[in-house]
Amino acid sequence: MKITNREYGEMLDAASPRTKLYKTLPKAFMFGGLICVIGEAFLHLYMNYGAGKETAAALTSITLIGLAAILTGFKVYDKLARHAGAGTIVPITGFANAVVAPALEFKSEGFILGVGAKMFIIAGPVIVYGIAASVLYGLIYYIAGTVM
Amino acid sequence: MGNYLGKGTIELNNAPSILSWASAAGPMEGEGPLADYFDYIGEAAHFGEDNSWEKAEIILQKSAFRAALEKGKLAETDVSFIFAGDLLNQCTCSSYGIRDFDIPFIGLFGACSTMAEGLALASVFVESGVAKNTVAMTSSHFCSAERQFRTPVNYGGQRTPTAQWTATAAGCAVIAPQKDPPYVKAVTFGKVTDMGVKDANNMGGAMAGAAYETINAHLMNTKQNIADFDMILTGDLGMVGSGLLIDLFKRDNIDIANVHADCGMMLFKNKEQDTHAGASGCGCSASVLCSVILKRIVEGTYKNVLFVATGALMSPTMIQQGESIPAVAHAVHISGG
Repeated sequence: MKITNREYGEMLDAASPRTKLYKTLPKAFMFGGLICVIGEAFLHLYMNYGAGKETAAALTSITLIGLAAILTGFKVYDKLARHAGAGTIVPITGFANAVVAPALEFKSEGFILGVGAKMFIIAGPVIVYGIAASVLYGLIYYIAGTVM
Repeated sequence: MGNYLGKGTIELNNAPSILSWASAAGPMEGEGPLADYFDYIGEAAHFGEDNSWEKAEIILQKSAFRAALEKGKLAETDVSFIFAGDLLNQCTCSSYGIRDFDIPFIGLFGACSTMAEGLALASVFVESGVAKNTVAMTSSHFCSAERQFRTPVNYGGQRTPTAQWTATAAGCAVIAPQKDPPYVKAVTFGKVTDMGVKDANNMGGAMAGAAYETINAHLMNTKQNIADFDMILTGDLGMVGSGLLIDLFKRDNIDIANVHADCGMMLFKNKEQDTHAGASGCGCSASVLCSVILKRIVEGTYKNVLFVATGALMSPTMIQQGESIPAVAHAVHISGG
């Protein structure tokens, strides 16, 4: 019997299982929260050793990025991410993973056309629109500051 | 000579034999339910090629090829033609692998339907009398496919419940003029069917429509019905596509649930191995057919199997341009007697 794409779409919708949000959301919250707790611990550690708040914050970011890069290299980060979902994508560690993963993957094509060219295939859009948004925010901030 | 029965279907009166076959698989497939049936299981997914997933897949495909020739007691010079393809651009693994052999090569792209496409073409070539031993072969590798179609392997993305896992596997079959079973009795080449599915993480959903069309065309053109087969073996519809295919036939008041099996549901222990909706990739249906299924046909467990490998002809570029996913399915009637 002939079937229209619309009817087919409805049948497909009914046949496709949904993401179990009651499972994935708490997991994402826990993993994401855990990464933040680890970050907080490093922050206090660096401050304890005499770093100012700003320096300690920068050192914390560097530490988390370093750890995520190493865990990506050891093929651990993506295994965690299978369970953590957004919990490992959203923090700065997710950004590190998004850069290191293609860098490792494309090293077979050499350092220029492989690692160099492909390193930002995932993170590239984040950087582009991140910078664009901050420029826009800066403009608004400046204009609002002059008018008021 | 074959008989053209109508849209896409060719009846093979001389019913060529599948002379020998072999399968090769990766370590994860080697932990799956079909482990005992594969001719070769690699210890590591790179098969000794540390630097290139493509080269790893080449090794995989060549392993299946060599094993199939060995099992058929054939030399390279006994092979008239090779029909082969894979998922990668330029059919990389087939063409780079086959360059080592002195055998005429016909490259195919049918995505995950490649095994049925190759098997059908090889059978028609043999039926026509122009070819003797003709090889149909294909492979896929999880890592080489991921890097071309999706994201780098170590990227921490989460897969959706409808996503399928590309098999690291290869299958190779040698078709020869009629001798012993299994025989290829008829083939149907499917048309490109697009059901408007745009979700690249729901391949089974995109392909079920093509399977439905091709199975119907085959049955209609050969004047057979579902009851004439003990198994309708679809390529890799996975959990979602299999359910959908059964539902599509239900609308016609035909129950295929008892005879339907899907290669995508046979390769992994889906829950334990966390492969979500099942397996996919050219190597999935190829390795399942060239391991357990053909063995069971020879043993007599199955007499008539309609092997319907399905392919999502997805182009990442077209998906990014907002297009839907066309699909194709080819059917091969394999008989034990």
